[in-house]
Amino acid sequence: MSVFIIASVVLGIIALIAIARIILGPTLADRVVALDATNTMAVAILILLSAEFRQAMFVDIAIVYAMLSFIGTIYFAKYLEANQND
Amino acid sequence: MIELLIYVFISIGLLFHAMGALALHRFFDPYTRLHGSTLCTTFGSIFLALAAIIYALQAGLFPIALHVFLAIVFLMVTNATGAHAIARGAYLHGIKPKRLAVDELAKVRK
Repeated sequence: MSVFIIASVVLGIIALIAIARIILGPTLADRVVALDATNTMAVAILILLSAEFRQAMFVDIAIVYAMLSFIGTIYFAKYLEANQND
Repeated sequence: MIELLIYVFISIGLLFHAMGALALHRFFDPYTRLHGSTLCTTFGSIFLALAAIIYALQAGLFPIALHVFLAIVFLMVTNATGAHAIARGAYLHGIKPKRLAVDELAKVRK
């Protein structure tokens, strides 16, 4: 057991705590904030796993995931802006 | 020595990620939650990436080190931009920050 795989499992548990806010969140903005934090944690997990398995491809997937989550965040922000009354 | 440095950086990164996840539950409105979670997860990701870069350089895996560096630079840019966009969208959605004393944006957008 390397230290990187232990760290990625711990980070997965931390991401579950953040996902609880997506489920609980009272308003839509709370859910979007929690989703943004969860995406950042997923990118960090992929970086740790690339160091564990010594595969550069995992980091490429992390970069593409970060791009797609950024586009999703911007889209959610535009959606929030367009819908004034909850 | 290098092993110890990797352990220290991974511990700092995991601690900051845990603080970011805790901030989502301990704060009380979307803006404070956004502040806590975005700052803490970005800073924690920087330290986890530093640990991965040190490990890859020590093991002679230069492509991984370069790609992790590019990934973390991209993450630092997009997290700040996304947090700004979420805050602006949430304000225009009609959510007022709690305990708000001065609302300067309301005067500008009238």
